Amino acid sequence: MDWYPLLNSLRIAAIACVLVFFTGIFFACYAAKLPRAVKGVLDVILTLPMVLPPTVCGYFLLLIFGVKRPLGMFLMKFGIKFVMTWYGGVLAAAVVAFPLMYRTARGAFESFDQNLAWAGQTLGLSNGYIFWRIRMPACRQGILAGTVLAFARALGEYGATSMLIGYTPGRTATISTTVYQLWRTNDERGAMFWVMVNLAISTVVLLTVNMLEARQKKAVRA
Amino acid sequence: MSLEVRIKKDFGAFRLDVDFTAENGVTALLGASGCGKSMTLKCIAGIEKPDEGRIVLDGAVLFDSEKRVNLPPQRRRVGYLFQSYALFPNMSVRQNILCGLCQEKDRAVREKRLAEMLRMMRLEGLENHKPSQLSGGQQQRTALARILVSDPKLLLLDEPFSALDGHLRDSLKIELRDLLARFGHEVLMVTHDRNEAYNMSERIAVMDAGRLLCVKPTKALFADPGSVQAAVLTGCKNIAPARKLDAHTAEVPDWGVKLTTKQEIRDELRAVGIRAHYFSPDARQNRFPVRFAEEMEEPFETILQFRCEGQKEDSPPIWWRLPKDKKPQRFPEELGVAAVNVLLLYD
Repeated sequence: MDWYPLLNSLRIAAIACVLVFFTGIFFACYAAKLPRAVKGVLDVILTLPMVLPPTVCGYFLLLIFGVKRPLGMFLMKFGIKFVMTWYGGVLAAAVVAFPLMYRTARGAFESFDQNLAWAGQTLGLSNGYIFWRIRMPACRQGILAGTVLAFARALGEYGATSMLIGYTPGRTATISTTVYQLWRTNDERGAMFWVMVNLAISTVVLLTVNMLEARQKKAVRA
Repeated sequence: MSLEVRIKKDFGAFRLDVDFTAENGVTALLGASGCGKSMTLKCIAGIEKPDEGRIVLDGAVLFDSEKRVNLPPQRRRVGYLFQSYALFPNMSVRQNILCGLCQEKDRAVREKRLAEMLRMMRLEGLENHKPSQLSGGQQQRTALARILVSDPKLLLLDEPFSALDGHLRDSLKIELRDLLARFGHEVLMVTHDRNEAYNMSERIAVMDAGRLLCVKPTKALFADPGSVQAAVLTGCKNIAPARKLDAHTAEVPDWGVKLTTKQEIRDELRAVGIRAHYFSPDARQNRFPVRFAEEMEEPFETILQFRCEGQKEDSPPIWWRLPKDKKPQRFPEELGVAAVNVLLLYD
């Protein structure tokens, strides 16, 4: 039994999730402070990967990072190649999952009671403290939801991944590309196995979210 | 001890333009909702930046557009009590109050000041409660404790009683008034409630549509509001345009009467006001024949609306407010008002 697709999928999703966590929050905060016109344009650009077909995202990634493109060639000098490598999968998953984190975090930040931040400032608290100890905890639920959604999306990413890193057993195979490959080659049992694995992971993720939410509600009530 | 504020800020449809100084004690900013009271507080606290002007607190320049001074809120030493108190929901009472001590480096001093403040605010035993577990009064005391422990030079209160139930409000007013007296610095309180302003403040600044109309000692303002807006905000129910006839006589065309006044009338008289409880069937001066129009009962008072004999049709009825037990059996045919109770209103 080759467990490589599971490990590869998990590491791609986990790393993409961490990247998206910070960039999503950064842009959500940053966008909130911009003038309305700029914000509208930036918002469209940042949300596009969610609306575009993942294959189109993959195509754009190839345009930018392809080995014959300027940036791709430049990165090759440092031995970094996003095409046909497992960490290219991280890039593809992160790009596709980013809007989910960005939009949920932005929603949470927008519903944040600005008076809390102002109160902190007049009490002499530093802006960093206010962000990490007051704003983030108050938006915890939205940020947590965004993180989980981003993780789930990264784990299930297929389109952009197959465009950018293709399917090489033992090197770039992920659960979703493996399911397609096995089904295509008439290995129905193998495909079914990976479908079940995927189902199990998704169920665990969702159960964890529900549990966290329930615990938080209980803490608020107590 | 003094606060000097001179600020302008343009919001497009609305322009804030205020200029006042306040000394020790409580000054109330009285005005209708949306007149720019809270915005003024935010500018003083440094949360909003005025377009131009100057704010000086006890000689320290907090903001000066010409000299490009704009201290961040953290360095202004201005305490701000928000309408909803803005307690940090994820922190306990203790942690909330410790936020006010964040600039105190010595741990022992922090603990000592915290304990003192908990005792003073009667919050002992609630240290580990979350804000959501506190009553409205306890929340207010926690928010005040958090501010006072940071030792501000100026305290800003934004509608401090609006989040409380009616019955709690009165007892907390007395509590807060005593506390502010002990605070010993300047307090600026925003309110749209004239009773609150009267209960709590020594001075009232009347605001209307982003402008400051006047700053007067509280009792003087209620005795002589001086302008139509101030008369409305201090609760004067009967206001009508008027014209000067001679030094002590004003003509009120809408009501079809001439009124004798105690105060000397200036040429630019715009209107007169008569508070609803100043009418009396027994008054000797300014008597005129009246017709009953409408009655409205309140828990302890009655409002009788009437019209003067010569009153214009489109002019609203005049209010007469009196205690229920003083209500006459039959509506009087004539009512009067003492010359001293005719308020002269200018621009």
